[in-house]
Amino acid sequence: MAVELKMPALSPTMEEGTLAKWLVKEGDSVKSGDILAEIETDKATMEFEAVDEGTIAQIMIAEGSEGVKVGTVIALIAEDGEEATTATDSKPAERAGDAANAQPKEAPADKNAPPIPESATPHKMETGARDLVASVTATTEDPEVPEGTATAKTTVREALRDAMAEEMRADDAVFVMGEEVAEYQGAYKVTQGLLDEFGPRRVIDTPITEMGFAGVGAGAAMGGLKPIIEFMTFNFAMQAIDHIINSAAKTNYMSGGQMRCPIVFRGPNGAAARVGAQHSQNYGPWYASVPGLIVIAPYSAADAKGLLKAAIRSPDPVVFLENELLYGQSFEVPVLDDYVLPIGKARIAREGKDVTIVSYSIGVGVSLDAAARLADEGIDAEVIDLRTLRPLDTATVLKSLGKTNRMIVVEEGWPTCSIASEIAAVAMEQGFDDLDAPVLRVTNVDVPMPYAANLEKAALLKVDDVVATAKKVCYR
Amino acid sequence: MARAAKPKSAAAPAAKPAAPAVPNRERPSDPVRYEASKEELLEFYRQMLLIRRFEEKAGQLYGLGLIGGFCHLYIGQEAVAVGIQSALEVGKDSVITGYRDHGHMLAYGIDPKVIMAELTGRAAGISRGKGGSMHMFSVEHKFFGGHGIVGAQVSLGTGLAFAHKYKGDGGINVAYFGDGAANQGQVYESLNMAELWKLPMIFVIENNQYAMGTSVNRASSEDQLYRRGESFRVPGIQVDGMDVLAVRGAAERATEWVRAGKGPIVLELKTYRYRGHSMSDPAKYRSRDEVQAVRDKSDPIEAAKRELEALGVGEDELKALDKEIRQIVTGAADFAEESPEPDLSDLHTDVLVGQY
Repeated sequence: MAVELKMPALSPTMEEGTLAKWLVKEGDSVKSGDILAEIETDKATMEFEAVDEGTIAQIMIAEGSEGVKVGTVIALIAEDGEEATTATDSKPAERAGDAANAQPKEAPADKNAPPIPESATPHKMETGARDLVASVTATTEDPEVPEGTATAKTTVREALRDAMAEEMRADDAVFVMGEEVAEYQGAYKVTQGLLDEFGPRRVIDTPITEMGFAGVGAGAAMGGLKPIIEFMTFNFAMQAIDHIINSAAKTNYMSGGQMRCPIVFRGPNGAAARVGAQHSQNYGPWYASVPGLIVIAPYSAADAKGLLKAAIRSPDPVVFLENELLYGQSFEVPVLDDYVLPIGKARIAREGKDVTIVSYSIGVGVSLDAAARLADEGIDAEVIDLRTLRPLDTATVLKSLGKTNRMIVVEEGWPTCSIASEIAAVAMEQGFDDLDAPVLRVTNVDVPMPYAANLEKAALLKVDDVVATAKKVCYR
Repeated sequence: MARAAKPKSAAAPAAKPAAPAVPNRERPSDPVRYEASKEELLEFYRQMLLIRRFEEKAGQLYGLGLIGGFCHLYIGQEAVAVGIQSALEVGKDSVITGYRDHGHMLAYGIDPKVIMAELTGRAAGISRGKGGSMHMFSVEHKFFGGHGIVGAQVSLGTGLAFAHKYKGDGGINVAYFGDGAANQGQVYESLNMAELWKLPMIFVIENNQYAMGTSVNRASSEDQLYRRGESFRVPGIQVDGMDVLAVRGAAERATEWVRAGKGPIVLELKTYRYRGHSMSDPAKYRSRDEVQAVRDKSDPIEAAKRELEALGVGEDELKALDKEIRQIVTGAADFAEESPEPDLSDLHTDVLVGQY
């Protein structure tokens, strides 16, 4: 019986990849440890090793095939003594088209398809994060962009990189520093290509030393530069939080406006997929509680680009919270020479009249998904993407509340002392007369993030809960 | 204790390998005591005396309730800031320190009036009354604070050194920290990066023997703090921090090393604070005799005075100088007392620079 070789998952979030190159051909005998192929994930090109001995009986997916789903059979290995030449009548290139889910290079992606379709393969890692990503949908574009502006499909990852590259071209004082940002091209490939263009003076690999390089960044900002400090994840920034708050956020005030600290601390924040408690936390509420900081948490690629450019230009310290699950997601980004968005302005992601759903970051996709389902049940939900968590755009929130008279807050994070709590307080203090129902929160469960797939799923924000909660405040 | 366990006899077995006669990498040569002209020494003396009198006055104002919160006096350590900073260029070389910061500001020529007014929390203070004793800055002088978190100034200083190198402005950074901060992890993160990137930086350890109430020997497994950079290949020099000319001599050696692009250097200044850690510290962890012995034998100002007298500076001249300094300090205290408090509307200003 031939052994099926399946497309491997080579990162916690990998759903599909490109079979870049076969290093063996049909008829070759292989043993454990031999490199069979090179596989490109969205982050890196990885080598794929054999674990069994035998002969390559058949290559099912031709090299160069893109979008090969994890779990797809890519080759057959005949064990010793087996007939290795089973199917040689059809060429690999022809088979590629038929092979499960593989897409030929030029095939246009179906716009209506969810980015990560369900797959029956048992080899795919189970994670609640997949449900969050599955909710990602296109969103209302910036109304301030001139009509007729062309857009380009861009991943959040590319949008962030473009924002940094554009600002670095414009201003020599801007530089990027962090772990693996230069030669490795970014742990999550957000800084890909920056070293090549700007060189090691401006794209700087640090030792693993969060507190140290956060302090170096803050000091360099005090000394007149405009650092972008990348944390591999914001979970690691806990080691550096003293510099973010005590050194960066308070400097201008403590010095009576004399000494500034124009710095951007950026990196992925919130839950990823199956990485457990210490790598899955939303720090939005932590930083948003600190006067002197700007806190931004974008959802779409366009916002990621326009707001990161604004953050780099800001004379104030900015905490820029990205989301790993969104890095590979594509959105339309306006093609403009200098696309900069205002800090502190929320965006109506979907207009509606019956209930307001306030959210940010990956919660926006969940909210839009829920709004689509609510529409089927005759409830017209308005979705607000806060985009900036500090200063909070309370005017947009309250205006929407004035229209719908009902509000829920959707947050991928803990409920206690959350942004959701803050929005509820704002509604009580400034929008009480507009409320026809209590403001309710839909969040992750109030526990550290568990590892087990079923528990993780149970802990994370769910579309079902958003739908149910929205109906509850509508008394339906 | 490791030291006690060392064989005292000179006839110890010769089994251990001999230390290499020549270091395997370049090291700074031993510093020499600075040969100051009469005018230079007089200026050092003047600055040290200004710091001493200023701090004594601050102590008085604290006692009167005019200064609040934490107030850390620099009395006893004057030779360090004056000796080091006299070798720097104000406005070009950056300086950063912890919360015991009044002396470093005075040594960089910042107006005593605005410092004292900050201590009393007045609008005319250098931070407009919003910083206080521990949080004072002068970007114009390239004095970057004034930081209340022990050790934070070391990584911030490394960042300032990074900025000097990035901009190629020829400046260097001096980051002061105490024997207490010398045990903070970020100091070592900073030493590592500073050497890795050959940053123009002097790590100045002001070893005043006590981190609040804990003596160096109770807190540091290696109490020779000048060696603390060795595992990062950062050379260190130990200096008598009670002798302003020895300090200046070491500063010369350090600035030469750093300006030549050889990377950072550590200076450990052995010094002593006469007062408690802060105004509220009764300093029961050391004896009165210990303090008195240092004052009698090692006071940096008295030593400089004796040298000045030997150089032929007369008692009248020194008395006149003392009088002049007392006037400056009294003027600063009057200014600090008479200046109005910040306007209540200032509560909300300077949180952010931009409008959002």
